[in-house]
Formats: sequence, structure tokens, C-alpha cells
Amino acid sequence: MTEVERHGFDVVVVGAGGAGLRAAIEAREHGKRTAIICKSLFGKAHTVMAEGGIAASMGNVNDQDNWQVHFRDTMRGGKFLNHWRMAELHAKEAPERVWELETWGALFDRTKDGKISQRNFGGHEYPRLAHVGDRTGLELIRTLQQKVVSLQQEDFREHGDYEARIKVFQEYTVTRVLKDGDRVSGVFGYQRESGRFFVIEAPAVVLATGGIGKSFKVTSNSWEYTGDGHALALLAGASLINMEFVQFHPTGMVWPPSVKGILVTESVRGDGGVLRNSDGKRFMFEYIPDVFREKYAETEEEGDRWYQDQANNRRPPELLPRDEVARAINSEVKAGRGTPHGGVFLDVSTRLPAEEIRRRLPSMHHQFKELADVDITAEPMEVGPTCHYVMGGVEVDPDTASSCVPGLFAAGEVAGGMHGSNRLGGNSLSDLLVFGRRAGLHAAQYAEAAQEDRPLVEQEQIDAAAEEALAPFSAEGGENPYGLHQELQQSMNDLVGIIRREGEMEEALQRLAVLRERAVNAGVEGHRQFNPGWHLALDLRNMLLVSECVARAALEREESRGGHTREDHPTMAAEWRRVLLACSLADKPVPGEGAIVLQRKANPAIREDLLGLFGVDELKKYLTEDELPGAEADLPPQRADTDAEKKSENGAEH
Amino acid sequence: MSYEATFRVWRGDAEGGELTDFQVEVNDGEVVLDVVHRIQATQAPDLAVRWNCKAGKCGSCSAEINGRPRLMCMTRMSTLPPDETVTITPMRTFPVLRDLVTDVGFNYQKAREIPSFIPPQGVKPGEYRMQQEDVNRSQEFRKCIECFLCQNTCHVVRDHEENKPAFAGPRFLMRVAELDMHPLDAAADSGLDRKATAQEEHGLGYCNITKCCTEVCPEGIKITDNALIPLKERAVDRKYDPLVWLGSKIGLRRG
Ligand SMILES: Cc1cc2nc3c(=O)[nH]c(=O)nc-3n(C[C@H](O)[C@H](O)[C@H](O)COP(=O)(O)OP(=O)(O)OC[C@H]3O[C@@H](n4cnc5c(N)ncnc54)[C@H](O)[C@@H]3O)c2cc1C
Ligand code: SF4
Ligand code: SF4
Ligand code: FES
Repeated sequence: MTEVERHGFDVVVVGAGGAGLRAAIEAREHGKRTAIICKSLFGKAHTVMAEGGIAASMGNVNDQDNWQVHFRDTMRGGKFLNHWRMAELHAKEAPERVWELETWGALFDRTKDGKISQRNFGGHEYPRLAHVGDRTGLELIRTLQQKVVSLQQEDFREHGDYEARIKVFQEYTVTRVLKDGDRVSGVFGYQRESGRFFVIEAPAVVLATGGIGKSFKVTSNSWEYTGDGHALALLAGASLINMEFVQFHPTGMVWPPSVKGILVTESVRGDGGVLRNSDGKRFMFEYIPDVFREKYAETEEEGDRWYQDQANNRRPPELLPRDEVARAINSEVKAGRGTPHGGVFLDVSTRLPAEEIRRRLPSMHHQFKELADVDITAEPMEVGPTCHYVMGGVEVDPDTASSCVPGLFAAGEVAGGMHGSNRLGGNSLSDLLVFGRRAGLHAAQYAEAAQEDRPLVEQEQIDAAAEEALAPFSAEGGENPYGLHQELQQSMNDLVGIIRREGEMEEALQRLAVLRERAVNAGVEGHRQFNPGWHLALDLRNMLLVSECVARAALEREESRGGHTREDHPTMAAEWRRVLLACSLADKPVPGEGAIVLQRKANPAIREDLLGLFGVDELKKYLTEDELPGAEADLPPQRADTDAEKKSENGAEH
Repeated sequence: MSYEATFRVWRGDAEGGELTDFQVEVNDGEVVLDVVHRIQATQAPDLAVRWNCKAGKCGSCSAEINGRPRLMCMTRMSTLPPDETVTITPMRTFPVLRDLVTDVGFNYQKAREIPSFIPPQGVKPGEYRMQQEDVNRSQEFRKCIECFLCQNTCHVVRDHEENKPAFAGPRFLMRVAELDMHPLDAAADSGLDRKATAQEEHGLGYCNITKCCTEVCPEGIKITDNALIPLKERAVDRKYDPLVWLGSKIGLRRG
């Protein structure tokens, strides 16, 4: 029998980024004893890296803004593949979620009349991103962290114990979600410091583990992004949707090699920065796709005027959604018009006074000075695409954030649906808050209902999980996990990257199958105490599962849309918009074959009043004939808004 | 351009340990953390080191490089002489867990002891109004990435375990200043005098404004000048101003 440290809680939140902390705060405020688990130190989650801002239609800078406009922009950005209900809830609730942060001590940059300032960003019609210079994520995480601390202080006053109702388990890594029959019963994992195992029993588990970028070689993502939550969900019996959609941010650093991939925030462009190729040409004017033509400037002069006068000019094409800009940069470099280090130039030095650049973009100034020895107030930056965000994730009910496994919830980057095929900048931080809160709320309600009949943790599952986790120590002469990881990253980068081809993805799947075999024998040296080699060996399981989902879904989807570009199927097909690709774990994985099975599901039809927010001409670009308004006869029955407000079982079915 | 460097890395745990030498390749443009990762990937897979973002944003990779407290991910190899050994040791003020990883629990404990932001009564969410020039000061302090290098450097606790219980350290004294300067913090209305607590409960008096904390802050926050000294001035103010003293005794608030 395995020795484990044991705890019991009502709600366990796996992840202490924006989504996890917001969920935990909500669950605790509903009186539930809540545990927060994170693999790094408290306050270091990936959210800390977010720069540009939080999207919310507060209308502080342009009072034309409202939730309908935000909803429209989000759907357009995601090429209408988004779950309409998530996009709707997100647009409606984001302002409240941002304002609430101020009551917890957040200090956003201000407008002249003392409100929260909002900045322009790609794909957003009006200035919409609440921000703090270019360190918005830090402000978000610190505010939520400090809110957790304030709840702990409250508990200390009432119970003499800071951790009476909310406790943070930092540097704890979850490797399995445990189940009692169909229901979730808790989590199993190891403590990083000692290597000892732990079990937390709880009827409700919220996954808020973030993304998967560490499966790719060039990425803006941090150490934590090994797709753990995605894999935990699969292993627990949930399904993932939209995994083929991976966002490559157009502007990552390209030099020096060791920092390749580190993000250059989109605010550089929002604040006036322009993209040029090696001929000095602002090439983005050549790449405005038809669906966006009316919204973007045709000349440099018009684009430049827009920064001063947005009512009478159209925005410059540097601010197209990310997928468009990333592909354009890719094409320029391929055509031989790239910079010495294989990127393009991003220049703000000739566009704003040095003082202004330092004030508006302090971290970028610092980052380039420190890491590349480039002074962005005097010279252009070199940038190129970098793997940034995964749109795909756990298939959830839009209102409750519940997966199809009872008691298992997901929110934040690990959840799928909200962003469709492409996420707009700034829409993630708002997503974290809106759906983090909803996940916390519904997990608390679920836990309340389960009080009478709490699920039990079976010893058998603990033993199996422990055995799995210890395997790397017994692999004799096992392979170096670092080497395996590098091979995986190279394969994904080369074969399932920004531009995809059928043959390459087939090869990727073969390589993944081989890597999975080899990973079983990944071996580690030393002991269990804070051993990064061991941790990586365990993370490999997750990265391989998630990578297979990406490759398999990308191979299946024969069209190009948002964060999925097929060279062999270059156009967007309205028929494919109706299809969601759902990944789940194969019953009995055959060695050498896939561990994942793919299933086609219908993308739920958009509610009619929401369709009414768009012109028919625009809808024609995305929808099939029989989906267009006026063709009601063929539409499936719609839910009324009030109806949808009710707690629904599981989004997987509608 | 590549060259071979000698890295001397402290390895061990709470029981003890020693400096271990590694010969390792260094390439153009790399930072110290890249080289530590290369050692991990090729020579010592179990070498313990904390890091997350590798972009100077999360404050995880703090250590002492040639005796200087720094972020490993923001220390470029080109700033160190190529022919000299690079010595990396864990932060000295906190107990070692393993290799370069220390137990920074002290800081989380101190964070809990600082009373949180108190929202103003009667101001609804969405109705907060503050001018940019009034939030600038607190915003500077909120740039803190909690790398704890300042906490590690301050001589009040660096070699004085005995001062730890009474002293919050620069990072958390700065937190008191941040809340005190927040335009809408309602601490005073609820009877909490933040300046007084800095002095009386968080050990501000131990600080003799040497500015060592400011020197190591990777965010360039002027901790001493902008947070600690103003806090001291006001605390002193309050202590020696008989009216204020009287006011605080009989429950009057300063207007
Ligand atoms: C450089 C950069 C800049 C960005 N800028 C913006 C921006 O300006 N605006 C915007 O909207 N979005 C931005 N994004 C995207 C956004 O930051 C992320 O999508 C978002 O922060 C994800 O938050 P999360 O709460 O889902 O997860 P995270 O913040 O990543 O947190 C994940 C948590 O899960 C924990 N965890 C993971 N696995 C395990 C496990 N197995 N066991 C225990 N704990 C685990 C981690 O320790 C961590 O605490 C940016 C992203 C990057 C990379
Ligand atoms: S200025 Fe004060 S807090 Fe900073 S290092 Fe010196 S004594 Fe410590
Ligand atoms: S104040 Fe500076 S040195 Fe101190 S913890 Fe914050 S960022 Fe680090
Ligand atoms: S790894 Fe984040 S600050 Fe160095």
C-alpha cells in the first residue's frame, strides 16, 4: 500500500493562474473548503506573463462599445467556430469581472476622467483592453493572489487558522484525477520538494492548468505548459475539442537563439508599431483577406490617421487578427524578404518619441535591452511567429464549465470552445475571470449537492497512480527525458506547425507513436527530492497525448481556418464550421498506434438573435446556405436566453 | 560563437553540500539559465533549479551569481568574463531545499501578515475614479515580481535569523507603503493606521536605509527612496507629533 499525504476538501482547483484563483475565490465565497494546487510557487503561474491587457467592453474610451460589439469581434476572430454561448457570456460578464478586481486592490492605468484606461488591440473594434503598462498579467495574478490572502486573513480572524477554508498547495503536481465509478473523487500527485505523494479527496475538481506550448520548440510559453490538464481530462474520460487550433503569435523574438519565441506584445502594434520586410515595405497591406477588407485601411496614410481619428479612418492591417499576421510574416520570410535572423522588422522607433516608448512599453524596452542588446527607441526589433496559445481544450458546458465527467470542471486556457479557431488578444484574461468564476460557482454547488453522498477514493487507484509515477526510476538504462522532449518539440514544430500538410502530419503521428513507446522507458537518475529529470519524464506522457490530439485533429480538418492552416486545403469551408472534432482516449491503445480517437460532433447552431447582430452579407462568408437567417425551417430548435441561464447538464450534448 | 565555460554550482540539501564543477558549452546570446539547463540536459538531470518564464517576469530563478543576487534568466553570459569560472549558489537568506532551490516560505508568511486592501464603503464596482498621477506611486511598487532578491540581500535578515520574526523585509514593507499610497484604500476609516503598523508590527525600525535592496531589484523599483523612506518619514512624523500621538490615543483620525 502506497504511503500518501492525505487531505479532504470540498473543491480542489488544479492551477493557480487567473482561472484557478478566480474559481477558488468563488468556491470559498460560497462557503466551500477549497484547495488550490499549483506546480510552481504561488503567484508564478503563466498568467503572470500576460502583457497587453484584459478585454472588456466598459466603453471608457469609446462609448460606442458594448457587449454586442465585443461578441461580434470575438466570433469574427474565431471565424464563427466559437461556442456562441460562451462568447456571449464572456462579452456580457467581462466588465463586471474587471471592475470587481478594483475592489480587490488592482490598479489599472487611468483615463483622464479617472476611469480604467483601455487600449486598442488586434481584432477589437474599439479600444477595449484594460491594462497596466505591459504587465497586465502580473497585476491580475497579484490582485487575485492578494484576494486569496485577504480571505485567509478573514479566516484567521474567525477561526485562528489562515487555512481554515482556503489552502494553497504550492509546488504540488497532479498526475491523476481519481474517480469513484463515473464521478470524480479527488486528485493524486507528488510534492516537488520531497517527491512524496499526496491525495486530496474532493467531490469536485476544477482543472485550470493552462496550455500546451512546451510541446513546440519555438514558444512564448513557460515551463509549466506541458498540457497537464488536457491530459488529466482525457485520462479521466472527458473529451477535448478544437485541438487542431493552435495560435502562433506573429511577433516573438527571433534572436538571440536562446530567447527565440519570447513574446513581443501586440501592444507594440496597438500603440503604433509597424511591420516591414527587408525592402523596408509595410507588407501587411498586401495581406488583407476579403472577409476583413471593409474594416482595414488601404493606404499607409489612412492607417496612420486612424491612431488619431478612429471615427473617420480604418485601422492599419498590422492589427488584423493574429493568424493573419502570423501567416503574412511566414510568407514574407519564405519569399526571401526576411531579416538577417529570419524574421521581419517591427518598428516603433520611428513612430513614437523615445520617452513615450519607454512609458508605454517599459517591459518591451527592458526585455530587448537586456536580452538582445537592442534599444527599441532607436532601432527596429526582429520578430517572427511563436507558438502562443491553444484554442482547443476540455469540452465544457458553457454555463457551468462542467465536463462530461460528473464533478470535473475546466476553465481558462485548458477549456475549449470559447475562442473558436482563433483567440483575440486580451480575450484570454477576461475568459479566465468569467469562466473561472463560473467554474468555481458550479463546482461549489455540485460539491454541496454531493455532501450527503461523497465519492470515495479507492486504494487501488492510488497504488496504480503511484506505480505509474515511479516507473521512471526503474527504467534500466532508460532514455534521457530531455532528449525525448527535444525530439517531440522539433517534430511538432516542423510537422504540425503554422502551415500544415497531410504527409507531414501523418509522419508526425508515426513519430509520436514511436516517441510514446520510447517515453515508457524514460529513465531518471537521483532520488525523488526536487528532481527535474523525473518531473519531465512524467510530463512527457501529457505532452505526447496532447500532441497526438493536435496532429490527429489537424490531419482530419481539411480546410484552413484561424489557427489551422492547411497548404493542401487553403480555403475556409462553411461545411466545416458545423463540425467540431472531439478527442478522447482510445479504450485499449495498441502499441505503435494512436492513443487517441477522434469523433465528429455538430457545432451547436448560433442563437437567432445573436445571428441578428451581423449583416447577412457577412454571415454568408461563414455560414452555409441553410444556416442563414430566413432559412429557419432547417435550423435546429433554439434555446431561449432564460432557458440557457438554467443549470444545464453538460455542454457536450448541445 | 561558442566557447567552453567552467560553471561551479552548489549542490546539496539541508544537510549540507558542496560546489561542483562543470565544463559546459556556451553559445552566443545565452543567459546563465540556458547554461544551467544545458548542464541539466547533458550532465546532471537531477540538478534542482526553479524557473518558469525565462523572461524576467515571474521571479522564480533567483540565485547568487558570483556572489551577486540576480535572476539567472536575465543575466547574459556576455556580461561575465569568458575566462573566469561562473559560480552559482542558492539565495543565502533562505534555507536550502536542494541545489539552487531554497525554501522561500518566509516571504509567504510575511505577505499574510500585511493587512489587505480595504475597499472604500459605498463605492460600487465600476465607480472607482482615480487619477493617473495618484496611482503612479503604488503602481511602481506593484511592478514587483516577488523574486525575493531584496529580501535575500537585506542585511537585517541576511545573516540574522533572529530578526526574521520581527522584520517583514523590504518587499513587504513596500507593500505597506503601496497600500498606504493607494488613493482609495479605506484603512484609515476602519481604524487601521498602516504607517504605524509598519513601525510597530513589521519592523520598519530595523531598516537603516542602506539601499542594498534597491540595488538588486531586477525591476528597478526604488524601494528605499520611494517606499521605505517616505514610510519612515511619516512614521516618525506621527511618533513625534504630539497632536497625532494624542489623536491616536483618544481615537481621533488625522484629517
Ligand atoms: C507571453 C504571453 C503574453 C500573453 N498576453 C496576454 C494578454 O495580454 N492578454 C490575454 O488575454 N492573454 C494573454 N496571454 C494568454 C494568457 O496569459 C493565458 O492564456 C492565461 O494566462 C492562461 O491562464 P490560466 O489561468 O488558464 O492558466 P495559467 O496561468 O497558466 O496557470 C496554470 C496553473 O496550473 C498549474 N498547473 C499546471 N499543471 C499542473 C499540474 N499537473 N498539477 C498542479 N498544477 C498544475 C500551474 O502551476 C499554474 O498555477 C499571454 C500569453 C503569453 C504566453
Ligand atoms: S534599505 Fe532597509 S530594507 Fe533595504 S536593504 Fe537596507 S536595511 Fe534592508
Ligand atoms: S521589490 Fe524588486 S527585488 Fe524585491 S521582490 Fe520585488 S522585484 Fe524582487
Ligand atoms: S524564470 Fe521567470 S524570472 Fe527568471
